[in-house]
Amino acid sequence: MSEYYFRTSDLSVGYNGKTLIRDIEIRIHAGEILTLIGPNGSGKSTILKSITKHLAAIRGDSFIADASVKDMSYKELSQKLAVVLTERIKGELLTCWDVVSTGRYPYTNSLGLLSPEDREKVRAAMERVHAWELAEKDFTAISDGQRQRVLLARAICQEPEIIVLDEPTSFLDIRHKLELLSILRSMAREKGITVIMSLHEIDLAQKISDKVMCVSGDVIAHFGTPEEIFREDVINSLYGITAGTYDIRFGSVELPRPAGEPRVFVISGCGSGAAVFRRLQRADVPFCAGILFENDMDFPIARSLASEVFSAPPFEPIGEEVYRRALAAMEKCTSVICTDFPLGEMNRRVAELMEEAKKRGLMKEGGKET
Amino acid sequence: MSRKEADKTPAALRLRGETEAEEFNLTAAARARYFAVILGLLIAMAALVVWNINTGSVHISVGSIARILFLKEGDETQMGIVWQLRLPRIIAAAVLGGGLALSGFLMQTFFGNPIAGPFVLGISAGSKLIVAMVMIVALRFVSYVSSWMMVIAAFIGALIAMGFVLLAARSIRQMSMLLVAGIMISYICSAITEFLITFAKDSDIVNLHSWSQGSFSGTTWSNVTVFSIIVLASLVVVFFMSKPIGAYQMGESYAQSMGVNVKRFRVILILMSSLIAGCVTAFAGPISFVGIAVPHLVKMLLKTAKPIVVVPCCFFGGAVFCLFCDYIARTAFAPTELSISTVTAIFGAPVVIVMLVRRHGSRA
Repeated sequence: MSEYYFRTSDLSVGYNGKTLIRDIEIRIHAGEILTLIGPNGSGKSTILKSITKHLAAIRGDSFIADASVKDMSYKELSQKLAVVLTERIKGELLTCWDVVSTGRYPYTNSLGLLSPEDREKVRAAMERVHAWELAEKDFTAISDGQRQRVLLARAICQEPEIIVLDEPTSFLDIRHKLELLSILRSMAREKGITVIMSLHEIDLAQKISDKVMCVSGDVIAHFGTPEEIFREDVINSLYGITAGTYDIRFGSVELPRPAGEPRVFVISGCGSGAAVFRRLQRADVPFCAGILFENDMDFPIARSLASEVFSAPPFEPIGEEVYRRALAAMEKCTSVICTDFPLGEMNRRVAELMEEAKKRGLMKEGGKET
Repeated sequence: MSRKEADKTPAALRLRGETEAEEFNLTAAARARYFAVILGLLIAMAALVVWNINTGSVHISVGSIARILFLKEGDETQMGIVWQLRLPRIIAAAVLGGGLALSGFLMQTFFGNPIAGPFVLGISAGSKLIVAMVMIVALRFVSYVSSWMMVIAAFIGALIAMGFVLLAARSIRQMSMLLVAGIMISYICSAITEFLITFAKDSDIVNLHSWSQGSFSGTTWSNVTVFSIIVLASLVVVFFMSKPIGAYQMGESYAQSMGVNVKRFRVILILMSSLIAGCVTAFAGPISFVGIAVPHLVKMLLKTAKPIVVVPCCFFGGAVFCLFCDYIARTAFAPTELSISTVTAIFGAPVVIVMLVRRHGSRA
């Protein structure tokens, strides 16, 4: 008995006998969430389809609680594993209730009639995803967000031990993305359901996953905990990000910084500069920022967007050397924007920098103009 | 503590009461509808049977029909007309019509296309070709072709045509092109059949001509036995396939994730639909539009596509449709008989057109 609930061993996947990705070694415990991330067309769906047996593995096998998926009948597999696919549900004249109730298929009698217990489970699943009020609605007449919830309810009432979802959050607005993922999270925690999915939103992947797998190229580049995976070098090389940056702490992305000699100097602090930085970025104006403590909320954004950032270690007064460099840079700029933030003993040098700006007539108040 | 108490709060009570009532109404309304449709179809079928026996070149009153049918007594000629001519023909129209609608429904399910059917995909024409060949060759050496032999020939013909359609489907992803391929196969098979019939010059083959246009006339009791066994047995088999058919309607991937062995199921679906379509063609020739129009009308009436109700209703619906069309074929220009396909096209084609327009409209 292996300690892992789901694992793959020496798995190679692809189409028509051609290997796309080889040596896939997934190992996850029951109740964990594994997210596959990677650029478009990298083969995330191919891996998921091979796990769900929609695609025959080219080599190797997957194991659910040590049972080989290859040797399992479709019926056995359907009682262990449920899916939410990207494919559209075909079929006509289906209400949402009908769609969800198909999740009971592996358990109903030979004519497929629902027992009262089945009905109760369908209803519970729909209530679980807040979709009960959709029961009588035509499945084709609901919104994308509602459709994903109904499909999730369908997977839930299949009573699986493991759910595989292919890009479940695509086409959803931010509220529905969060709603869907938090349902998955609580299912994993409360019922011990193992979740394997692919996501495009790496910021969300970082927050929800217990394990992350980076898919790109013909072997798996990285597999591990989010802490191991979400490093700037890993993410930037995985997606080949050259335009813009990915910030690791917030899991946020920024567009590329404006090119050229800095024309504006931004004096900010305590997060008050973020909006100014973004406005300058949108206007394509290169700028410098400083002097920021390295624990200031403005610091990571400035690092992504500013041409140069003057920073100082936190919790001690700003040193002489960085002050001189900042002053020299400011003198080359045509204007200075200063935001509103508290000045005190530790950032006395910032106040001095402002005075110098005023003396030279560079100062613009409040950062309203660029 | 509080689970019971919480359940007793007015809000909880109201909510539970309402949702349960809603759910009950939902299923009860649907069930009432299914029941009404089935009952309506059965009444229509009974009425059409009586009407069909009743009318013709010899008029027979309803009272004597009852006596002839149930007591087997009455006027000699009337007995002969009812038992030897009209009744076998009525049974043929009902059973074969029902089978045709069922076969159409299966092909629509298989191809995921609402206008697939044995006639448009060329399956009927394929059956027709092989049956014609077997009859022409066999009649050279033996004087009699058994019903079973006809069915086997038709089944083989249906499978050959289906093979071509599936080949086309492998390389053509577009559904409309698949239908074009089917229609082409149909034309080729019909052309070869006509060619064979033209040069056969055998007195027995004169019958082939009217058969090759589609007709329920000339049905014998031995025919009735054979096709009733095949079609009714198929109906039972298909009815018990309702569950996987329902899953398959949602798409192959979902069906598989629900535990259906999709590959095996597809083979069974092809074999069943070809067997039924071949059997119908063997005895009545190719009949157009029933396979498309009836399943569509039935689904509209039922407001569902669930196979567990659609399968039996397709069968009854096809029976009603063909009984009605055969009545028109026999009586509209009596004593000249129309080919059954002419009549089914007149009533079936508009249904298909309306369906296509509506679908297109709802998608745009």
